[in-house]
Amino acid sequence: MKKGYYGQWGGAFIPEVLHATFADLNRAYEAARADATFWQEYVDLMSNYSCRPTPLTFAENLTRHFGGARIYIKREDLNHTGAHKANNVMGQGLLVKRMGKRRVIAETGAGQHGMATATMAARFGLACTIYMGEEDVARQRPNVFWMEKLGATVVPVTDGSRTLKDAMNEAFRDWVSSMDDTHYVIGTVCGPHPFPEMVAWFQSIIGQEARQQILRQHGRLPDRVFACVGGGSNAMGIFQGFLDEANVDLVGVEAGGLGVATGRHAARMVEGSGATPGVAQGYKTMFLQNPEGQMLDTHSIAAGLDYIGVSPILADLGEQGRVRFAAATDSEVIEALSLTMRTEGIIPAMESAHAFVQAFKEAPAMSPDQAIIINMSGRGDKDIFTIAHAFDDPSWKSFIVQRAEGYRRG
Amino acid sequence: MGNVLEQELKNRRQQKNILLMTHLVLGYPSLSVNREVIRQMAENGVDCIELQIPFSEPIADGPVILKANQVSLESGITVEECFQFGQEMAAAFPQVRFLFMTYYNIVFKYGEKAFLERTRDIGFRGTIIPDLPPEEGLTYLATSRDLGLAPILFFTPTSSDERMRQVAARGAGFIYCVARRGVTGKQTAFDQTLEEYLARCRRTTDLPLAVGFGISSREDVALLTGKADMAVIGTATIKLVDAQGPAAVGPFISGLLQP
Repeated sequence: MKKGYYGQWGGAFIPEVLHATFADLNRAYEAARADATFWQEYVDLMSNYSCRPTPLTFAENLTRHFGGARIYIKREDLNHTGAHKANNVMGQGLLVKRMGKRRVIAETGAGQHGMATATMAARFGLACTIYMGEEDVARQRPNVFWMEKLGATVVPVTDGSRTLKDAMNEAFRDWVSSMDDTHYVIGTVCGPHPFPEMVAWFQSIIGQEARQQILRQHGRLPDRVFACVGGGSNAMGIFQGFLDEANVDLVGVEAGGLGVATGRHAARMVEGSGATPGVAQGYKTMFLQNPEGQMLDTHSIAAGLDYIGVSPILADLGEQGRVRFAAATDSEVIEALSLTMRTEGIIPAMESAHAFVQAFKEAPAMSPDQAIIINMSGRGDKDIFTIAHAFDDPSWKSFIVQRAEGYRRG
Repeated sequence: MGNVLEQELKNRRQQKNILLMTHLVLGYPSLSVNREVIRQMAENGVDCIELQIPFSEPIADGPVILKANQVSLESGITVEECFQFGQEMAAAFPQVRFLFMTYYNIVFKYGEKAFLERTRDIGFRGTIIPDLPPEEGLTYLATSRDLGLAPILFFTPTSSDERMRQVAARGAGFIYCVARRGVTGKQTAFDQTLEEYLARCRRTTDLPLAVGFGISSREDVALLTGKADMAVIGTATIKLVDAQGPAAVGPFISGLLQP
């Protein structure tokens, strides 16, 4: 198969001006991959600077609540910066140091990847520019605040739908003039080769750990593994621990928004999503687009899943039937989030809560000697503005109003 | 074996020191304004015109063309309308060589072969697809060749000599030499680096060289004369039409070529 392709998906649809940059990146990435000390350096960094290995928590109360399979939760929320995003970013940071570049740029939707990149840049002494859709800047002010405090420049993108895809386009536009000293830290397993493969490699640390942990705690492999899928990096991360095990059912959960049938969603792989094959943002995959190839607006309660495309690796695994896809609606997500908080004292990010929804649908029908893992890709408590808004919480609203009035008075 | 467009451009170069290619975004601000702009361009001696079919994710374009793409799409332009309009223009201005510029997804969704066949059938000479590098465009290149179309490929200041030779071997018609890094519409400094770059382009291919990205004045065109075969005027005419309307295009174009 052609390099960078997964079945019919993937590729590197890049403007000619980036040809040499990608050649350099491919060389650096392949050299790192062939060098066992690089991976060791990465693991050491993640166990020292971040909280790796993250725990695999047995969710005893949820297990009892549903009365079916034993439910385990992989705790990427306990990773530094609060999500799996740091795995990819710190890995690419080590690569940037090897390549001798001095600046990084990144796109961000909800701001998690931007936060992680700004953190990495601070740690490694790199200049950092984050592109973020204007709409997301408005929705995710706390993350913008932290990125700026960490020393990054946050550029609001006012083009197109002013969300993640537009931020990605704008980062590419920066890169085509700045590539000599700048690396573009793509945040997910999408984009032109080698990004899907490279990001999947850094995220595979989740699956490696989860596999050892479940064997230790449960005595054997899990029956099913659930992960939410926006671009797909946390899903690819955990799935890689089990891809070769035909008996482990891998389930990707997409953003069902207001319901797949309403058209207001961000699901690409489930039946009826309306997504079709396309080529955009440097790669070929299933995109939400009109018949002429113009990309559509997507909707999800979780900004991190609100994206037109999906990893080419997952598109292939879906086509092969190796990964099964489902969708969770916004309201199901809120319900699963509430239950998990009250039952286990754990606050998943809204993105992650999509995986919980599907796991909760399937666990009750499974037997108590079976086990499932839910990948909790990030924590929700730092998204308090978004989650409180989604809960439409009256006391939170009055607090904000009072605080605003206080600021207005000066 | 020479390509039709390549031969035509070489013939024209016997008569002129430098050729002109202009660019516009279809449907921006409207097809009727496009029609008037093209007439002015044609009557003032433009050799080639690239008509851009709008795409929602134009990653190689700067703010001016990006906005033009968005506005055009918001007005509801379709690929079908672009083909019909292109056909009308090719018939109305037989002295001009037309090419479609767009992103690969538009071609892919239409069907690569069907898109190229229709491009040929309406009398166009080729296509410019900035996000389709030759490695990903093997069938596109082969089909274009079979149809006698020119799939225009790019040289950039970051291309090594070896890369230029690879690209030239797969291209046809002419080579689009990007004068600088970055996206469309930013100013290019016409300096010694550019001169060396163009000399390098010239050494690596016999195909005509078109130079674009940021050319906006008679001085720019004069500087390219003798070093390239065709000057590409992109963002400058879009800005001009925005500011002064389509009637300003004719004088602007004729002014570019005055000695």
